[in-house]
Amino acid sequence: MKFEQGACGLLPIGVVIIVNSERMRSLFAAKEAEFHRLLTCLPAASIVLGMRAMIVKEFRELVRDRRTLGLLIMMPLLLLVIFGYAANFYVSSLKTAVVGPQASQVAAQLPSLFNVTVTQSSGTKADAEKLLQDNKVDVAFVAGQTPVLALVNGSNLFAAQSAVAALNKAGNKVKTQVLYNPDLKTSWVMVPAIIGLILTFIGTIITSIGMVREREAGTLEQLAVMPIKPSQVILGKIAPYFLVASVDMVIVTVLGILLFGVPFNGNPFAFALGAAIFLFVTLGLGVFISTISQTAGQAIQTAFFFLLPQILLSGMIFPLEAMAAGVRWIGYLLPLTYFTMISQGIMLRGAPITSLWLPFGVLTVMAVVVFTGATLRFRRDLAPGTPASPAGKQPAAAQTVSTA
Amino acid sequence: MYAVRSATVRFGHVLALDDVTVEVPGGSVVAVVGGDGAGKSTLLRALAGEVPLDSGTIEAPPKQRLGYLPASSGSWAALTVTQNIDFVAGIYGLAGEELTARRAELLDRASLTSAASRLAARLSGGMRRKLGFTMAIVHRPDLLILDEPSTGIDPVSRIDLWRLASEAAASGAAVLMSTTYLDEAERAAHLVVLDSGKVLVQGSYDQVRAGFTGVVTQTGEPVRAEWAWRRGRVQHEYWPGGGPPPEATVVPPDLEDIVIALSLARRNAVPS
Repeated sequence: MKFEQGACGLLPIGVVIIVNSERMRSLFAAKEAEFHRLLTCLPAASIVLGMRAMIVKEFRELVRDRRTLGLLIMMPLLLLVIFGYAANFYVSSLKTAVVGPQASQVAAQLPSLFNVTVTQSSGTKADAEKLLQDNKVDVAFVAGQTPVLALVNGSNLFAAQSAVAALNKAGNKVKTQVLYNPDLKTSWVMVPAIIGLILTFIGTIITSIGMVREREAGTLEQLAVMPIKPSQVILGKIAPYFLVASVDMVIVTVLGILLFGVPFNGNPFAFALGAAIFLFVTLGLGVFISTISQTAGQAIQTAFFFLLPQILLSGMIFPLEAMAAGVRWIGYLLPLTYFTMISQGIMLRGAPITSLWLPFGVLTVMAVVVFTGATLRFRRDLAPGTPASPAGKQPAAAQTVSTA
Repeated sequence: MYAVRSATVRFGHVLALDDVTVEVPGGSVVAVVGGDGAGKSTLLRALAGEVPLDSGTIEAPPKQRLGYLPASSGSWAALTVTQNIDFVAGIYGLAGEELTARRAELLDRASLTSAASRLAARLSGGMRRKLGFTMAIVHRPDLLILDEPSTGIDPVSRIDLWRLASEAAASGAAVLMSTTYLDEAERAAHLVVLDSGKVLVQGSYDQVRAGFTGVVTQTGEPVRAEWAWRRGRVQHEYWPGGGPPPEATVVPPDLEDIVIALSLARRNAVPS
């Protein structure tokens, strides 16, 4: 036992000596052969030497694989920042509307948790409900009646929970009514967001792998010389994924309704339109990732970079309102944030497309920008002589003549 | 007649093609030979429009009349042999009975009929190259570009591939192929020997042999190691300006000797 303990103690010292063998060699001014003879005299030195070669080789490969290195360095920082600033379920400020006669008096008496953004003395209960349906506020008080009626937007789960907890303290002075998710079920807000996550997964990861496979197999080169336009290649490649994702979306939506009782209060066509636009964004991201990846492994790694922030910062898990401002703004750059707004709005609140113009508009702009950028990059791979290609060197002297 | 004329291609600081001119007449096979990194694939890809030129001109048919077999497999692994051919035929607009007849003809000529429903991933290397070849000629192209079609496959499949290339040329296509097998290249109507992006020599096999200057000797122990290379159990040595030792055995150079001798002459910076 003592011998084993001693060996264990000496082993790290041996490893340090061997790993720093260059320095040790110069330190002792030993010749190469003598140095190695010395090492091979040590117990198990050949094993350690082999291990050293492996460690050095692994480090060299790692340094060349910038993407993995980036992942190793950035991921802990990213997770620290995200969990530090974003992982907060407690909403400390609730957007609040107060309507009805005495709206100003009621607003003045509310605790600081309720950040009154709308005060309408002439407003009615219907106006309050409209503000909630349009997701302009988390809570709407209808003043002018006893007790005061507090309508809570249940589709913003954590905001609603904070509101209900605060309102319960007011006792019978306030009558609380939770709309759109009366039992404040987590599944009701998660299912619409998960539909978006599934579309993101298929659109980003599966599409990029499918595209990169052509490059890995060398068949992209073959497609490039065929009389088929890059746009036809892209559309032909993504059409099956678009269909599969659409079928998946329908299955998940129906299962969410059947298994979890999630309501579908809005217009299915508006929902389908939002999903289609969102799918174009994610498919565009998938194509883009394929243009910056040489292998399926690289594509998965890169897609992971795009996917993780969307899961954590889109408001799907942690409420956007509870995040620090800097992190929240990252969330506002992510497409899943806007699809979640659309899916929760249509499914839970029955919001019309007119009240969801902002997420629809942002997603449309994203779809155009991402898809155009990805197509141009893909076009560069398929048609190297075209102006879209930075490598497309075609000086005046270089000409291509098509002969019949 | 299709051609690459005075073509220069640079990849960063590397000169991949240096003022290369190669003509590919219809109805004949032009073989490009040279070692690794000689510029063979770059030349072929330039003619296919896949590599932009820094200078020079390309005379090639439109994509509809071009057939190309890349150095990679040239087929989709998760599709069957038939599905691969049908996919490419579909892009070139072949369908219906015309496609059925063409597919059957190509499968028969490439001896792939029995493997028609097999996945490309499950074909042997030679069968996969033959499949790639059939896909490249499915639309009867005017210019057929084959990038090392026979590298890494067995001798029987090599003969099959050469037969297919010859048949394509016999039917009027201009065929440009690269190869590392010099015995294969000897059969071509026109040879292009590339080294470090430059054409060392080109012409028919007889023209290349006739134009070769200097003497090749066979020896057990070369006089100048930098001018010698191994051929089987003996070594050959090149004397660019003639004048080998009187006791040396002079041998008639074959294409392999000529290619190696010219490459050594270029590398040793002695005019051949």
